[in-house]
Amino acid sequence: MSDIVRRDPRREWIARNRLHPEHLAVRVDPHGTASPSEWPGPNGLTRRNPRAVGFIGPNGIKRIDRSGAQQAATQSGGRQAQPKDTRRRVDIDAPDFLVAVVPDMPGGRLSSHDRDLLGMARQLADADPERPGAVLAVVFVEPREAAFDEAGIDRLLSLGGAGEDGGGDARFDGYAPEARVAALQAVERELAPRHWLLPDSALGGADLGRRLAVRLGERPATQVWQIEADAVSETDWRCIARGAAGGTDMTRPLPRVAMALAECAEPVSETRHAARPVELTQGPPQVLARIEDLGAVAVDPAGVALGEAEFILSAGNGVKDWEAYHRAARILGATEGASRVAVDDGFMPRDRQVGATGTWVTARVYVAVGISGAIQHLQGIQSCEKVVAINLDGGCDMVKRADLAVIGDAGEILAALVAMVERYREQQQENRDAA
Amino acid sequence: MPHDVATPAETELNVAVLVSVGRHPLTARARRADQDARAVEMALTLPDADVRLIHAGRHDDDSDSALRGYLGMGLASIGLLEQPSGADVVPALAAVLRDASPQLVLTGARAETGEGSGLLPYLLADWLGWPIVTGLAAVESVEHGMATVLQALPRGQRRRLRVRLPAIATVESSAPAARQSAFGPARRGGFDPETRDGVRDDALSEWHVQPARKRPKRLKIVKAASARDRFKAAAAKAQGGGGQVLEGATPEQGAEAIFKLLEEEGVVRRS
Ligand SMILES: Cc1cc2nc3c(=O)[nH]c(=O)nc-3n(C[C@H](O)[C@H](O)[C@H](O)COP(=O)(O)OP(=O)(O)OC[C@H]3O[C@@H](n4cnc5c(N)ncnc54)[C@H](O)[C@@H]3O)c2cc1C
Repeated sequence: MSDIVRRDPRREWIARNRLHPEHLAVRVDPHGTASPSEWPGPNGLTRRNPRAVGFIGPNGIKRIDRSGAQQAATQSGGRQAQPKDTRRRVDIDAPDFLVAVVPDMPGGRLSSHDRDLLGMARQLADADPERPGAVLAVVFVEPREAAFDEAGIDRLLSLGGAGEDGGGDARFDGYAPEARVAALQAVERELAPRHWLLPDSALGGADLGRRLAVRLGERPATQVWQIEADAVSETDWRCIARGAAGGTDMTRPLPRVAMALAECAEPVSETRHAARPVELTQGPPQVLARIEDLGAVAVDPAGVALGEAEFILSAGNGVKDWEAYHRAARILGATEGASRVAVDDGFMPRDRQVGATGTWVTARVYVAVGISGAIQHLQGIQSCEKVVAINLDGGCDMVKRADLAVIGDAGEILAALVAMVERYREQQQENRDAA
Repeated sequence: MPHDVATPAETELNVAVLVSVGRHPLTARARRADQDARAVEMALTLPDADVRLIHAGRHDDDSDSALRGYLGMGLASIGLLEQPSGADVVPALAAVLRDASPQLVLTGARAETGEGSGLLPYLLADWLGWPIVTGLAAVESVEHGMATVLQALPRGQRRRLRVRLPAIATVESSAPAARQSAFGPARRGGFDPETRDGVRDDALSEWHVQPARKRPKRLKIVKAASARDRFKAAAAKAQGGGGQVLEGATPEQGAEAIFKLLEEEGVVRRS
């Protein structure tokens, strides 16, 4: 809905006319919006009803919010339920040059490292407003909830994705650095970006970027953490990069290929970009792969350090049947975590405690079973991406934090979940046997 | 040089390990580089492997004691390519490797001194036309010119890869820790000098190098229109927002919703 206030002269007239039969109904709401505390009186004066100001707070006490936020909310009804997106839209039609970024996108989402890198790409692209560049993102995985436009991407080259059904290319799935580098070389030939930026992250951009630089015959800058404009340098930019295992800072001209550390620049927050899809005319070339990915190896989740674990099943005071809980963790293949109460009561070892006085975990998926979500515990799971809560109490803080909360008895839900996973595995096994 | 001269078997795997002079992060003294030592350790634990160590660089008092750290792991000698300091060692190393033609080259992912860009293994792989694998955690088997290796992923995960040999593999701190260096073997071991022409690295000398500055900590900047929003952002508890709450569902429905999320995130394994 637009924010334009629509006036209705007839209703205003009725509101001024005390003798009109509809006056009482209209007086309450002269603009068709609910604002019972203020209305224009019959002589053009504004009338106020001080008793209608404010709202009833959670404790039954009347609160008056003078910041204007409350007023705005009541005046425009449901209109402001969604905060308006004030970000400027940017669509670069004819870019002067391209800045290519190859984000890691673990799990199909832009990581914070990727966003920082895109912020740096924007610095390069937007330096000269007369001749703006465009940021091209080359993506090898199937994106999920990836807000490309918000991250500052003007052009999007999507090469990966689901193998058979999605029309993407299964060649790039898993560890396929050779196919990926060949595709990047094809991008280089067709689009010739002025800069190549990759995240210097283990097994992601660090590997790919070095391969690309060697193939392009460029001497890359690695572990870059800052770039500055520099008129003397060939590329108009210089960068500061870490060297000697983090022991030195090297200031050097920014080469065409650079791999940057996390927090190398501020991520884009004030603009939205077009993220227009682009395609290669020839498609990425076929390469003879000398490295074959045989898939992930099952590691013992109990052996993974808590702070490193990707998937944690965490138990709190709400867990009653500990045998069943341990079994669930084993079958789900999750690393075990615990709240302080579970540790203090002796059900879990101390090194499994999550939270302010335990471990700060970075799991992608964190399942909290019977944990109320005390602030000391929530601090420890700040950087978890998806939080699932299983709790009897629908109003507890963990449920507020969770992306998915299931209200019910932890024992029953865990048992159902374990049964479901076992059934799923059996089916998979049968399918494999049948094939 | 075979570290175990007794059994020169037919099926021996020829492994070269490239080692460099490291630098202790606190005392800044020369030492064996941590990742390179792990690479040596991995080579020494390979069954039936003929391990040969190669170092390219200057040989002086400092580097001598550091290189003897590798000898102390139980090796008879190190092949030494004398190069001036600040030289580009890639051409010399590539030439030596081409002559020695090992099946597997192991090395640390990046050096502890100099540029430390971690580019050397990639350059060598490109010069020699060999595949390169990073983050090696273990070599499982070598047969029919193919090696099956485990690659260390972040978060303690492992991935199995099959690589065609000859290949270059880099080792990071996720690999098994190196054994201690023993003093006796370190004294007894020797160097096999070999001369190759050095190529000066001119670009490096043009860069401005200084001790690492502490990076500024990123501040959490809240962009909000009104003071009330800024206060709310500063004082807010984690509130998630937009989370789905399943209330009054049967345990099966709840479990199904959780399972769907786990599957979407790809954290439940198939088998
Ligand atoms: C200085 C200090 C530091 C601390 N540091 C930490 C820390 O690092 N980590 C930490 O975890 N805590 C820490 N705490 C403790 C923290 O304040 C809480 O006391 C603790 O986290 C609560 O643990 P809990 O959620 O498991 O237990 P409770 O608060 O008792 O919550 C149990 C939850 O389980 C639910 N429940 C009960 N029965 C069932 C059932 N059958 N099925 C499903 N749900 C059920 C309940 O509804 C409740 O929400 C610290 C405290 C202090 C003072």
